[in-house]
Amino acid sequence: MSENDGQVFDRLPETPDDREVPGRASREEVVEWWAERFGVDPNRFDGYTFWEKGAGKIWILSGDVADPIAVEGLGMAFLRTRQEHWKPTTNAVQRFGRAATRNVLELDGERAARFAAGEDQEVEWDGDWGYLVVAHELAGDLEPIGVGLYLHGELRSTIPKGRRESLAEL
Amino acid sequence: MNPLKRYLPLVDDEEAFLAACERPLPYVVRVNTIKASVERARAALDGEGVGYEPADWHPGLLRLDRGSAGATWPYFHGWLHGQEEVSAFPALVLDPRPGERVWDACAAPGSKTTQLSALMDDRGLVVGNDNNLGRLSALRSNAERLGVTNLAVTNQDARNFSLKPFEGARDGHRGRGENGRGDGGGDGSGDGDAGGGGNGNGDGGEGADGEKPADPSFSAFDRALVDAPCSCEGTCRKNPDALDEWTMDHVRSVAGIQKGILRRAVQATKPGGTVVYSTCTFAPEENEAVLNHVLREEACRLVEFDAPLETSPGVTEWDGEEYDPSVERAHRVYPHQNDTGGFFCAKLEVTA
Repeated sequence: MSENDGQVFDRLPETPDDREVPGRASREEVVEWWAERFGVDPNRFDGYTFWEKGAGKIWILSGDVADPIAVEGLGMAFLRTRQEHWKPTTNAVQRFGRAATRNVLELDGERAARFAAGEDQEVEWDGDWGYLVVAHELAGDLEPIGVGLYLHGELRSTIPKGRRESLAEL
Repeated sequence: MNPLKRYLPLVDDEEAFLAACERPLPYVVRVNTIKASVERARAALDGEGVGYEPADWHPGLLRLDRGSAGATWPYFHGWLHGQEEVSAFPALVLDPRPGERVWDACAAPGSKTTQLSALMDDRGLVVGNDNNLGRLSALRSNAERLGVTNLAVTNQDARNFSLKPFEGARDGHRGRGENGRGDGGGDGSGDGDAGGGGNGNGDGGEGADGEKPADPSFSAFDRALVDAPCSCEGTCRKNPDALDEWTMDHVRSVAGIQKGILRRAVQATKPGGTVVYSTCTFAPEENEAVLNHVLREEACRLVEFDAPLETSPGVTEWDGEEYDPSVERAHRVYPHQNDTGGFFCAKLEVTA
């Protein structure tokens, strides 16, 4: 059996049956997770490849490169796996979250600003618990802001510290 | 000494040149079309009462009437990127197409790299390289905020950049099967002399007319951008220190580095491919003299091109030296011409 090597990017196996590295997610599982959790059509990821570097950190690349590949960065950090609840990154949700049809929580202007600043807040939500796409209305359309964690009536902002910003209430 | 005085013999209007160099630069953002259309980004700025004026040579460059866009929603969403107006020029000249493989030799902090990705519709591959590991983190975070997914980041000395990571296993061009890994058993692909030079075997591999080549490994780029480290007097409107820190010794040493990087870019690009060389210095030693050197040493020629903004031609003699007459095809941008920073940009075609 092969091992996970934290120094290189390895392309994810196509399906669980193709798996050679224990614990590694497959492309099929990643795409299905987005379909199941957020209703994103699996075709949305046609033309992209998925890679693991470090334990559980999945990267998305437009197109393909030689596998494995020893580079400093490859595509965009996309999803955290190898844990009970998989967690998408803020940047992944901003980039691909427009295609979400499920578990999307829309915030009004005041709440959206608090969320972007990294504040936790009480919200009314009768959907699933766990990681949500948090969105707001911007320039005529709904736009994903980032990832929220909904538990016990509270929405926690997972916007990374370096991305938090004090923004206007639209 | 104020290095700007050196260049007065080159400019058409000395007074306007010096006066423009004294004025602060307008704050400009580029609309990131990976995440938003120009229209929608402008609507978002309108919605927050941020005034702007589009650059007359490019609708996606907006001159803001305030000092920063960092604390606005469209910036937070990665719809905008703060970028000096004239620095959007070289990526447009390189004109990369979706699906191509493009090398950005000196990529950090990534303004031009991410612009290349946007011009490619985030398809194909941009290899963003920088020799400074610290600056790579800025490149990566900018690329991620802007939603770029077609970027591979490398940390090499561009002068002897190796494509080895992208070449994959030497053998089994075809035989590596779907789930790539596995077979080779980690032989480290340490075969052969390889060395730095091998521009080599640009054979096949293209894949029909689709965008997805059959084999994802490759050993040469379709295009390359060398936005070289330089003396930076052209940025004096933003960073007056560039003038105080200027020395002739630095010009000489950095010119050697520039030559090495541009030579490597020509070698690493396929015959018929395009290499763009740019700097933000006025020094002919770092511009036309570098081109002159590389024209002599590598299989390439300078290509004429139209600039979307007002420019002056490259200079063919300086300080007792004469350069290849084709360096005239390069474009010089002086600050008074378009109310921007200073810049230099040349386009080369790889001939063999």
